[in-house]
Amino acid sequence: MNDKHNQLDWMVSQAKSGRMSRREFIGRTTALGVSAGLASALFSKAALAQAKKGGVLRAGMQGGESTNTLDPALAASEVPFAVNMTWGEMLVDVAPDNTIDYRIAEEISSNADATEWKFKIRAGVEFHDGKTVTAEDVVATLKRHTDEKSQSGALGIVQGISEMTAEGDMVTLKLSSGNADLPYLMADYHLVIQPGGGLDNPAAGIGAGAYKVKVNEPGVRHVFERHANYWDAANGAHADEVEIIVINDNTARTAALQSGQIHMMNRVDPKIVELLKGVDGITIEHAPGRGHYVFIMHVDKPPFDNNDLRMALKLAINRQEMVDKILGGLGARGNDFPINAAYPMFDDTIPQREYDAALAAEHYKKSGHDGSPIILRAAPGAFPGAVDAANLFSASANAAGIPLQVKLEPDDGYWSNVWNVEPFCASYWGGRPVQDQMYSTAYLSTADWNDTKFKNAKFDELLVAARAELDTEKRKGMYSEMAHILRDEGGLILPMFNDWVEARRAEVAGWNPDPNGELMNGKALLKCWLA
Amino acid sequence: MHPILKLLVQRIALGLLLLLAVSAVIFLGVEALPGDTAQQILGQSATPEALANLREKLGLNDPPLTRYFAWLGGVLTGDLGTALTNGVDIADAIGQRLGNTLFLAGCAAVIAVPLAILLGLVAARYAGRWPDKVISGITLTTISLPEFVAAYFVIFVLTQLIPVFQPVAMVFPGMSFWAKLNAVALPVIVLVLVVLAHMMRMTRAAILNVMQSAYIETAELKGLSPMTVIWRHAFPNAIAPVVSVVMLNLAYLVVGVVVVEVVFGYNALGQYLVDHVTKRDLPVVQAVGLIFAAVYIFLNMLADIIGILANPRLRHPK
Repeated sequence: MNDKHNQLDWMVSQAKSGRMSRREFIGRTTALGVSAGLASALFSKAALAQAKKGGVLRAGMQGGESTNTLDPALAASEVPFAVNMTWGEMLVDVAPDNTIDYRIAEEISSNADATEWKFKIRAGVEFHDGKTVTAEDVVATLKRHTDEKSQSGALGIVQGISEMTAEGDMVTLKLSSGNADLPYLMADYHLVIQPGGGLDNPAAGIGAGAYKVKVNEPGVRHVFERHANYWDAANGAHADEVEIIVINDNTARTAALQSGQIHMMNRVDPKIVELLKGVDGITIEHAPGRGHYVFIMHVDKPPFDNNDLRMALKLAINRQEMVDKILGGLGARGNDFPINAAYPMFDDTIPQREYDAALAAEHYKKSGHDGSPIILRAAPGAFPGAVDAANLFSASANAAGIPLQVKLEPDDGYWSNVWNVEPFCASYWGGRPVQDQMYSTAYLSTADWNDTKFKNAKFDELLVAARAELDTEKRKGMYSEMAHILRDEGGLILPMFNDWVEARRAEVAGWNPDPNGELMNGKALLKCWLA
Repeated sequence: MHPILKLLVQRIALGLLLLLAVSAVIFLGVEALPGDTAQQILGQSATPEALANLREKLGLNDPPLTRYFAWLGGVLTGDLGTALTNGVDIADAIGQRLGNTLFLAGCAAVIAVPLAILLGLVAARYAGRWPDKVISGITLTTISLPEFVAAYFVIFVLTQLIPVFQPVAMVFPGMSFWAKLNAVALPVIVLVLVVLAHMMRMTRAAILNVMQSAYIETAELKGLSPMTVIWRHAFPNAIAPVVSVVMLNLAYLVVGVVVVEVVFGYNALGQYLVDHVTKRDLPVVQAVGLIFAAVYIFLNMLADIIGILANPRLRHPK
């Protein structure tokens, strides 16, 4: 035991002095029996010791438009997400190992049935305009997102809160029904705490985050300078200034990284990952996330109202081929329910569904389908490689005797004319921090975005019961049962979970992959420094 | 009234009428796009309540005709409105972007127009011989390349192989003139490559056409050198067709370079327009569409006017 400690100490000191890479550190510490999550956290802490302050750190990102705004409620694409994370601070964050990282809230407690939650507000956290963050600011912020006029992307999260009160440094939230995951929901990137709730000017860009907004040119660039009184300066805000440059073109973004115009980039095209690996001074970073690519069937419309036909299609897709060819190997096979090991309480004993042409043909025959073409709609923008994936699907299904045909749709108008309208199409989900939120968002009978029109009373019942269940083992069992129902009866075909694939230059230090979102869940600019 | 003045007034009046017609066509076109603004703004994650609220807020429930005339009235009083998507004042947003568009187009034109005309003159002088063939061959190759291919090629050569320029060509207020020139170098090179051939070929063809005339023969018989004949006698008479092609290309440099803007991340009007078309941000699309139409109409009008002024028969009517 003592020997192990000595070895661990030695490795930590190596990491502190920068003589050991993260990969090596984690490899060697896990060999000593340290968990991977702990090893990663240990390394980050050790490496932080040599964090350098100063300089300008730049990220080149896809996913910004000149239509973007600083109103955090309206953020919907990648750049506004990263911008929110740079200037904003939420009540809590979700750490890479899936634990709660306390930010503006320093303590959270609940009553026994998870219907009443208390958030203790950290003292001395300062907004960019010099005001101190109070419990009233927090309540005003949440209230604004509850108001439908704010068009908040977090409306679905906050609308279950029936009462909010601020008293001293304590915020109390009462829920209409119990929710054991509430702290995780408060980490949503729309829920940036703003002074006075941001009611005067929601797009002012004033928050309590590490950086102040200096230049805001939507669709072009966002420049930030360090917030002098940032409360958590020991763990972030290393660079004097950080910049997000919007470069939507893949080739230009990659070229900018190679030439040093930017230090890091999101969304590396899987097709060029192998090529980039050979380039001096460039490191590919990838983190298994919760995002997934899907083909969705409306279970209430023929021919997809027949479970045998749905099962035939689920068996007729070659998942490994998709991971290899569409994701370039940077991802994992899906199993027709939207949960993977990145979620707490994931049941890893559920058998993996494989491509089985014979069994698919059997189910297809049993479904009594008349043999007319089954149309799958896809557009290039449904997810990267969506059209190729649809064609692979069609080929493997045809091999099983299922007349699956791909219809190419334009990107323009895809989300209003095809998705959620046509009975069978390609789509994607970014994933949510907890199982409850993912299921409540898209698979509950009454969910707004129930894009498979899946309605199952037993499933709904389990979902609501699991939400208020504080016993983890029981809860895990409920989630497992729900996964089985969805996998065997749902309209969801989930061939693959995609990794976040990013690249950085060698001079960027402090990188720590985060399954919660791309570019270290939007915090790469805060947490990294220029070595 | 002098006949030329009358012609000019006619042209300008026609141009304005055309602009009005274009505004109606733009409006109709945007109306006919599939999907509605609210859905596009909120994207995949839109809830029905959020959609209904947004439609109400944006006034999308008013009849189209009401919205068209309200907008037209605004434009005439210099008020382009605010963007539906992020509430930014459109005139402000367009101002800076239009400046960038004109800067890029200007830089490209300053190089491309004289170069194309010079090459055209040389090609005409040596028509059918090797200088003509080399010039035509090279410029036809560059025009045949799709812009994005030319752009990637230039990025590869000038930022990776010989790293002299930066691949991302954004310009910001506060940058020095030289810094701006340095930033736009790559897109300028691409645009020059793209527009060169058209103007060069037209110059060559127009001059060769004039070279058939009797007065050219006279000039040659006077003993003038071939280049002097072209410069003094052929070129002035070939100006009208050359000018109209130059103007077309200038218009293209202003309104048609969105692909180049995207590849180089250049923050100008084209990218701005595309972003707002995608989000069905009607007021912005209309405003930018109108600006683009105005540029086209103005430059074509200018070409007409120069053509008229350059034509002695029109200048001195009998």
